[in-house]
Amino acid sequence: MVPSGGAAIEVRGLWKIFGPGADRVPHSSLARLPPALLRERTGCVAAVRDVTLSVRPGEVFVVMGLSGSGKSTLVRCLTRLVEPSAGEITIAGQDVRAATPAQLRQLRRHRVSMVFQHFGLLPHRGVLDNIAYGLEIQGVPRARRRRRAEELLSLVGLDGFADARPDTLSGGMRQRVGLARALACEPEVLLFDEPFSALDPLIRRDMQAEVTRLHREVGTTMVFVTHDLSEALRLGERIAIMRDGGIVQLGTPEELVGTPADGHVAAFVRDVPRGEVLSLRWICRRPRDGERLDGPALASGTVIRDAVPTAMGTALPIVVVENGRAVGVVDRLDLLSAMSGLPTTGAGRA
Amino acid sequence: MTASPVRTAPAPPVLSESTGVPAVRDRWRTPAAAVVATVAAYLLFRGSATLPHDDEAAPFRLLGDLREWVDANRNASPVFLFLVNYVRLFAGAVNDGLALLLRELGWAGTAGLATGIGWLAGGPRTAATALAGFCAFGVLGVWPQSADTLALVLASVLLSLLLGLPLGVWAGRSVRLRRLLDPVLDVMQIMPTFAYLAPMVLFFQIGPAAAVVATTIYAIAPAIRITALAVERVSPSAVEASASLGATRWQTLRTVHLPLARPTIALAVGQTVMMALSMVVIAALIAAPGLGAGIVTGLSRADVGLMLPSGVALVVMAVVLDRIVTASARSAVPARSTLVGAAALTLCGVAASGLLGNGFPPGWTLHLAGPVNEAVTWAKFSWYGVTDAVRNLTTEALLNPLQEVLTGSPWWLVAGVALAVAWRGAGPRNAVVAVCCLLATAPLGLWQHTMETLTTVLVGTALALAAGFTLGVASALSPRFSAALRPLLDAAQTMPSFVYLLPALALFGASRFTAVLAGVVYALPPVARLVQDGIGAVSPSAVEAARSCGSTEWQVLWKVRLPLARGAILLAANQGVVMTLAMVVVGGLVGGGGLGYDVVSGFAQRADFGMGLAAGVATVLVGIALDRITRGAAGRPARKVSRRFPGKTGKKRIA
Ligand SMILES: Nc1ncnc2c1ncn2[C@@H]1O[C@H](COP(=O)(O)OP(=O)(O)OP(=O)(O)O)[C@@H](O)[C@H]1O
Ligand SMILES: [Mg+2]
Repeated sequence: MVPSGGAAIEVRGLWKIFGPGADRVPHSSLARLPPALLRERTGCVAAVRDVTLSVRPGEVFVVMGLSGSGKSTLVRCLTRLVEPSAGEITIAGQDVRAATPAQLRQLRRHRVSMVFQHFGLLPHRGVLDNIAYGLEIQGVPRARRRRRAEELLSLVGLDGFADARPDTLSGGMRQRVGLARALACEPEVLLFDEPFSALDPLIRRDMQAEVTRLHREVGTTMVFVTHDLSEALRLGERIAIMRDGGIVQLGTPEELVGTPADGHVAAFVRDVPRGEVLSLRWICRRPRDGERLDGPALASGTVIRDAVPTAMGTALPIVVVENGRAVGVVDRLDLLSAMSGLPTTGAGRA
Repeated sequence: MTASPVRTAPAPPVLSESTGVPAVRDRWRTPAAAVVATVAAYLLFRGSATLPHDDEAAPFRLLGDLREWVDANRNASPVFLFLVNYVRLFAGAVNDGLALLLRELGWAGTAGLATGIGWLAGGPRTAATALAGFCAFGVLGVWPQSADTLALVLASVLLSLLLGLPLGVWAGRSVRLRRLLDPVLDVMQIMPTFAYLAPMVLFFQIGPAAAVVATTIYAIAPAIRITALAVERVSPSAVEASASLGATRWQTLRTVHLPLARPTIALAVGQTVMMALSMVVIAALIAAPGLGAGIVTGLSRADVGLMLPSGVALVVMAVVLDRIVTASARSAVPARSTLVGAAALTLCGVAASGLLGNGFPPGWTLHLAGPVNEAVTWAKFSWYGVTDAVRNLTTEALLNPLQEVLTGSPWWLVAGVALAVAWRGAGPRNAVVAVCCLLATAPLGLWQHTMETLTTVLVGTALALAAGFTLGVASALSPRFSAALRPLLDAAQTMPSFVYLLPALALFGASRFTAVLAGVVYALPPVARLVQDGIGAVSPSAVEAARSCGSTEWQVLWKVRLPLARGAILLAANQGVVMTLAMVVVGGLVGGGGLGYDVVSGFAQRADFGMGLAAGVATVLVGIALDRITRGAAGRPARKVSRRFPGKTGKKRIA
């Protein structure tokens, strides 16, 4: 058993290869070939290659990447909806890869639920029966599961739609049903596979707010797959960026925007309004000679945009404080250049 | 590129010269040479190596001996003792039980039950159809035969579904099983009904039990195939969602696969019923009781009056069964009131049965044989000029010359031509399989009869395709025409194949042409429908684009619709060939000659059994060959206009 160190999900050296002779690839020298060559030599696609990550309990962990980068495959591997080719997976201390089919079912029934991009609702059942489906699978008696399903129905704001068929609902409502179904089993971990990419922007905003609210209220650990950067930044406490099946960078939104690991990530985050993501920590600098240090103080975690009102109220440089200690200063010019995307003069970016 | 047309006039622009004439010339050069060579070979070798038919050929005797051996060892060999005989007993018992049930319920009781089921399935309209149908059986004076046929159909459908549905569900979820079953089902679906019968006789003797087994096997193919397709097509996201919630395989099957596949599975049931009905009738040849027996006797005596009641009853039965099955596919779980209504109707019937007795009141039947025969005679005489001309024209202008060529050519020439045509149209693999199948009829001792059957099939298919294509294109272009045609096609497709022989026989008497005509009429509806659907499915944006360039409707049809519908049209050709073959073989009963006649006489005379069995096998071989050629063509991409790069040749010619 892998020591999980209190993590909700622990993944090590995970591989998923599609194609003939898939299980041989991870342990051979083929593993190091670039994707195109691998496909040419063996006809295999490495959808997930050597992924290692750990998700803390209660965290919202976002997986991001372009289409085809292996995000869906990665989350499906977590509960073995797709059988991994190699690697270790631990969920709340349980070794998933060693689990028997019965243990795996228990895991899926009680601990990990999933929300799908295309909802995966059962068209021949009403909304309430769809929500209760997971409980039905578990063998919960009818009266109890209906009661529970009704609770969830109002939690996701669909009162009055209990008997509607899924195909009479709008996309946003369908995904609420999918969400309610996943929540009905009171899982410890929720997996989302691009849950909102089929929805239009306004409804997407709503649903994101919904997820944030649920996370606040219920505190479930979430793994959230998306290819939408603004969604990732809005929801994610930490973000993993995938390319060609591997993770190219894993960090907080600030770290990704502030220090992109390579050109790929940099291209990804180029259009992010830096002033809204980065905090003062990233742009503060050592005071110049003769600069006054009696200006207003702000915590180093303050987002740049939020420092604007303070800067407007004074002409003095702002003192940036971390753990009660001054770590540097920023003046109006620094703030402006950071927000406009021009190179800053600060030392923090080094 | 060597042929450069001799030109004296000033050279036209290089472009048209290089792309136009030579490419076309070149494309036709090889086929033209082949045609010339073939004609020369035919003229030179006509009459040699023709493999004429011999009723006493060695393979026939061998198969006859096989039957003797089987009959002698029926109660000794373990295969029979522990398997075949039990299957026979079981199938017989199911049929006998159902027949007994129907007899005990009597006409009124069965009619009540059917009406109740109709009510349950589709409400008052379906109930009324069922009731009217059962009244028709009585009025036509064929209730006992109808009951026998119904029992056979029900028994076979029951067994087919019992085996076929689980197998289909399994095949839908297991790619491996699917791969295993697919070629078998392919062959089963192109096997003409006739070919099922002889092996049945060999193993299961004759009678209702053998008929049930034959029908079960015949009708199981669509049950398996459509069910597998339905299960396979169930939305993978729903299945995945179910798995993600920790459902077992069985739970997923019960809560996702089956409910979602239900409408399509109902379709499978409907197909199975229809196939069973058409087979049960043909099984009259192996002494199955029921409506088929009346038709077979009528056909063999060319007595339309005798078989008309059975034929009409058969059509009625097909319609009633079709309505009930289609309605039940659409309906949801019945409400309690519906259940009560259905039960009440059934009880009414049973009560009436107590009053009326078991049979249909004899006073209410119509005796049609006399008047019908008079009408037929009248029609025959008064239309003689027309019918005779049509028959003679087809026979003299199409059938006879083609048959003379096919039977008069050496076998290797026929095989060679078939290989060349198939190779060009369907690719090397299919061509080799097709020609091997065709050649395999020679060692069976049936080359000549195969050629005769091939003649009728080719002529029939050509006519069916021409007519079906015209109808299909017309109804694709005109919604009004399509609306008028649709109910006709629907009705035609529910009719059991045997029924088509009836009007053909009535008008044209027993002849080869009658068989061809029945085949044409039988194959017409699916061909017309496939063509229409294919053309209708052409993307509207392509049509719009063509119109926006100023194309006329004809140009749109020829340059856009037909090329884009190529796949559907070739599929139509495939269906047409297979169905014409099935019918032409059955046409052996009405003077069709060829393999069909051999099969029929194999049932009629024990001495000919070997020949009948061999002929059954030969029909399957012909079926596979024709299917390979047409289906292979459908699977191949359209041939490129020019296989050479035109620019290259142009340059060379300038130099
Ligand atoms: N069942 C499969 N068989 C073969 N290859 C697959 C299969 N599923 C996924 N792949 C391949 O694995 C790679 C990753 O696919 P995946 O669906 O995980 O990407 P994704 O990041 O989720 O993309 P998207 O944003 O489009 O959903 C792709 O190249 C895909 O072609
Ligand atoms: Mg995906």
